[in-house]
Amino acid sequence: MAQYIFYALSIVTILSALYVVFAKSPMYSVIAMIVCFFSIAGHYVLLNAQFLAIVHIIVYAGAIMVLFLFVVMLLNLNQEPDKSHGKLLRVAAAISGGMLFLVLLLSLNTSETGTFILPEKSDIGMVEHVGKKLFNEYVLPFEISSVLLLSAIIGSVVLAKKES
Amino acid sequence: MKLTNRSVVVSKKELTWSEKLYLPAITQGLGITISHFFKKKATVQYPEVEKPRTEIWRGRHVLKRDEEGRENCTACGLCAVACPAEAITMEAAERMKGEEHLYREEKYAATYEINMLRCIFCGLCEEACPKDAIYLTDRLVSPEYDRQDFIYGKNKLVEKIDDRIDIVPRKK
Amino acid sequence: MEWLPLIDKSVLILIIFLISLGIAAYSTYAERKVAAFLQDRIGPNRAGPFGLLQPIADGVKMFMKEEIIPSAADKFLFMLGPCIFMMTALMTSAVIPWGKPLDIGGYQMNLQVADINIGVLYIVATASVGVYGIMLGGWASNNKFSLLGAVRASSQMISYELAMGLSIIGVLLISNSLSLSDIVKGQEGFHWNIIYQPLGFLIFLICAFAECNRAPFDLAECETELVGGYHTEYSSMKLGMFLFAEYVNMFISSALIVCLFFGGYNFPGIDNLDLPQNIASIISVVIFFAKTFFFIFFFMWIRWTIPRFRYDQLMKLGWQILLPLSIFNVVATAAWLTFVK
Repeated sequence: MAQYIFYALSIVTILSALYVVFAKSPMYSVIAMIVCFFSIAGHYVLLNAQFLAIVHIIVYAGAIMVLFLFVVMLLNLNQEPDKSHGKLLRVAAAISGGMLFLVLLLSLNTSETGTFILPEKSDIGMVEHVGKKLFNEYVLPFEISSVLLLSAIIGSVVLAKKES
Repeated sequence: MKLTNRSVVVSKKELTWSEKLYLPAITQGLGITISHFFKKKATVQYPEVEKPRTEIWRGRHVLKRDEEGRENCTACGLCAVACPAEAITMEAAERMKGEEHLYREEKYAATYEINMLRCIFCGLCEEACPKDAIYLTDRLVSPEYDRQDFIYGKNKLVEKIDDRIDIVPRKK
Repeated sequence: MEWLPLIDKSVLILIIFLISLGIAAYSTYAERKVAAFLQDRIGPNRAGPFGLLQPIADGVKMFMKEEIIPSAADKFLFMLGPCIFMMTALMTSAVIPWGKPLDIGGYQMNLQVADINIGVLYIVATASVGVYGIMLGGWASNNKFSLLGAVRASSQMISYELAMGLSIIGVLLISNSLSLSDIVKGQEGFHWNIIYQPLGFLIFLICAFAECNRAPFDLAECETELVGGYHTEYSSMKLGMFLFAEYVNMFISSALIVCLFFGGYNFPGIDNLDLPQNIASIISVVIFFAKTFFFIFFFMWIRWTIPRFRYDQLMKLGWQILLPLSIFNVVATAAWLTFVK
């Protein structure tokens, strides 16, 4: 049962991720990306990490993608794409993209492959465990990242205030 | 210059801390609205209950007949002239022999139309009429789906012989 | 696989689905009645006794209306908008505990569809996804009023989600759990969270108004400025979906407020009566719905009392007042729990 759900979710994830790249309208890209995030959240649930799944949805699908959608809505990107890029640029883009693809392929080649096995009933993704791990073992990185976020917030406020 | 003794000087003084919270004002407002919840309702259930109208209410018109059932109107056109909304049109015709029981004067209105959408129910036609023919009654103009239906002809305006309309209060 | 839980849950889902829709339908009637009564009128009373058939008449009217999709609209997204809005509105009801478990022939029927240990987060997540319905609908209409309404709705919802999430944290700290059933169980007797969290409740209430796009926060639709906002171009049942989902949202928000702050299905003294389980369960459901209906009424009461905010006032309230207050509430609750208790 879980195996079939896993396969279905994976297919949805990959297809929607591909659609993000290939969709003509940026609006549809954004929506495909939201679908992608949801199917990834589904994977988290399969791994019994409900907390991660729901936080994933809140943060990515609920907040970040809304902002994406916001920008796309206001920019009206539906016009014909600009074709003024030089030939050189396109060749460079193709080469660098191909290299990245090659690296991914190689890493896939060396990595272990196997069938999906439903993890044992582990509580590792539950709120209590994540909380305890975060505030005991990883308290320093946690605090540092929160300071980083705080500085980012203050920075953006300062930037916004400057213009007015 | 002070025009009325009801005028209030608007003060723009800073709000106090408790006023800035707005919560007392909001609860006060909620109190006012909920008090209206239990008040007597002003609604009148119209088709079943009608608001009382005065006796001299100016509603839809009637073309009167005299005691013998003859039409009073002589198509003089004074009502049409008096009408500020130009709602009244008519065509006159001469009374033939044998029609004496129908029309009181030698001349009568062959057609008489009032456009109820134009009419402003001012009652000037009634005042202008020298023959006591047109009166405004306490009845209402009924709603219609079609604009054409609001142009009332003689079939709607002239009072039925067996269903006389009492306009005595308006005559006072 | 056990079949009994599956049937049990399916039946429960169906019932809750129908109840949510029914309550939403009758909320439209109640809204009109309450509005009328607060304005010294009588309100709808022609369709059936006391106008009780009015929602059905309205529904039939909605279905019979002409379906218009603007020619310049993005058809797929135009359809998707109301669907998402309705779906997310109904999804939230899955984690709300409606009452104490029923005992059907020895089988314990839990009156909660999914007792997941992250119930509160689940609600926040579905609420945040609900914005997409408005945004897509508003954008796809290809109309400036719709777009403005959608932009307003989304920025408003993002702004108030933060304060809403933070205001719940105080409750979570007290009840030590993210599961709604645990939160409700922790408020047995008269240990309602409203007593310990008055500030948190106030913030949550205000944010719930904002999240439901209800007056005084109905800037997303505000008829007077944006001719209906994000649903300007919608007609027929698609418009009906939007309006309906708003009422479902209102119902769920009221239920949530009851769960989080007003003891859910608990009522002081009810546990001392020593009633048989099933009767106690039914009474708990009745109590829950009574509390919920009060809050639905409160939503309407507020709507017909307080005028709409100006946009800058809305943003200022959200970011400069509610957010710091909710952070203060979290800190104060934490301090109280560690030092006093």
